[in-house]
Amino acid sequence: MARKEPTRTPGAPWWLPYVYSAPAMLLLGLMVVYPLGYGLYLGFTNMSLQNFFHFRFIGLRNFVAILTDPEFYSVLWRTVAWTAVNVFFHVTIGLWLAILLNRKLPGQPVFRTLLVLPWAIPQYIAALSWKTMFQYDFGAINLFLKAIGLPPAPWLSEPNWAFAAVIITNVWLGFPFMMMVSLGGLQSIPRELYEAADVDGASAWSKFREITLPLLRPVLIPAVTLGIVWTFNMVNVIYLVTGGGPGNSTDILVSYVYKAAFDFARYGYAAAFSTVIFLILLAFGVNFVRASRGTEGVY
Amino acid sequence: MRQHFERTDSWPKLVGIYLALITMSLVSLYPVWNVFNMSLRPDDTLYSTSLRLIPVNATWDNYRVMLFEKPLLGWMGNSLIVSLATAMIGVLVSATAGYALSRFRFFTRDGFMVFLLTTQMFPAPMLLLPTFLLLTRLGLLNTYTGMIIPYAATAIPFSIWMMKGFYDTIPRELEESAYIDGAGNLAAFWRIILPLASPALAISALFSFMTAWSEYIIARVVLTKPELYTLPVGLVTLQSAFATEWGRYSAGALLTMIPAAALFILLSRFLVSGLTLGSVKG
Repeated sequence: MARKEPTRTPGAPWWLPYVYSAPAMLLLGLMVVYPLGYGLYLGFTNMSLQNFFHFRFIGLRNFVAILTDPEFYSVLWRTVAWTAVNVFFHVTIGLWLAILLNRKLPGQPVFRTLLVLPWAIPQYIAALSWKTMFQYDFGAINLFLKAIGLPPAPWLSEPNWAFAAVIITNVWLGFPFMMMVSLGGLQSIPRELYEAADVDGASAWSKFREITLPLLRPVLIPAVTLGIVWTFNMVNVIYLVTGGGPGNSTDILVSYVYKAAFDFARYGYAAAFSTVIFLILLAFGVNFVRASRGTEGVY
Repeated sequence: MRQHFERTDSWPKLVGIYLALITMSLVSLYPVWNVFNMSLRPDDTLYSTSLRLIPVNATWDNYRVMLFEKPLLGWMGNSLIVSLATAMIGVLVSATAGYALSRFRFFTRDGFMVFLLTTQMFPAPMLLLPTFLLLTRLGLLNTYTGMIIPYAATAIPFSIWMMKGFYDTIPRELEESAYIDGAGNLAAFWRIILPLASPALAISALFSFMTAWSEYIIARVVLTKPELYTLPVGLVTLQSAFATEWGRYSAGALLTMIPAAALFILLSRFLVSGLTLGSVKG
């Protein structure tokens, strides 16, 4: 994985790459950099619905309030667990299905189409459909559990079950992305490698360990990085399936801040909270990319 | 018969593979079917304890109401305009920026790459209020443009990243032969690289389209005029009524997901080759 030589495109003037990237930079500058700077600033103010026009600078008070609140740490811990469990299942299920699909198999395109469905439909529709399926008396999941002789589960009313419910929903939403990324990677691994391993009498497990995983690394590392960031910041599923409830028991950081901002209109506090989330992810991203030496795939 | 399968797969293994794929396909399909099932229920059987795949007394009445009595078609028209414009802008902007990142080493390149990754890390609520204030100042509330611009900005970081990954897999020799023939860089990009990159272009168009088609939070603050509502905002108004009209809502939800899912499935053959976040070097 040698870094590609920075060859210069012959005859191209120095400013050409800036012309190519100018539209993107303009758009992102206007819609991301400017609002971001403003958002950072709001974190140092007491803006709220009462103080919408006459808010003032209050220094680090929001940050102190967040970081000294024990609830912050319990929600942070839950967010980490949420992210780890989700991404673990996204990758294992996605990779497993990709391996099953990556072979000569009649009906393969039909399975691939059906398996990509969770990704193909709008998230809010899927999340609301799961919410009705988790309903205690009439939801499909409890009806199914009863049909096979198991007791119904209090999916949306008991904290642990509710957490399981949002995780199931999000695992369902996220595995097709990892499946398609893995499938693309698998298809570009030369078959001869496996044939040579067969000649040597390698077991399926050692072929997976020695050929598949190392060659998929450059594809999986950027996908997993993105997957972790997206899952960490997933508002839709939590907000729509449990609303963070019962109580705050299934809130993750981003749904917590979402409620602070839009249910309670504490804009300054929410902006400071968002900054904290962003810094946590930034620290994670820098370390993860460095530790996994995935930069060649990422950049 | 045997030649249809992989030579190394034994019969018991094939049975296992099919069982696993069928089970997982049913798991994928059921929540979608659940929406369809609810959309067919007359109001009095919304709360039913049957697991039948087609409900008792199934009726298309919810669809009739959604199509002819509720403004669903208007919402769909708005969504279509906004989503198509977002897809077009998204593709144009990310195709060129991705090319710059793949083929040139320029001063701000590495910073730009890192910046694209960090845009994925801002929690959505962080940008919402500033975006709203900015759109207000630009006079873009209650306009299509007021949605298209933020949607395109949301969609392009991932698309640029993906386009760049795909261009990286196209050998440079292809452009270099064009230079020898006297073509300029822009001509080589336009005539040689873009056609080869069509799978990745299709995927970034798809993702941009889907971003706009499913977005609710920004639309909710930009739009106050009901005639401009997009599908997500419109559908949610059905839920904010006294009691959620689940049957109506489900019919609308199904009509919303059909175009998106159809487009996704049509383009999904490009997904395997076009979704290149990094490349396998065998």
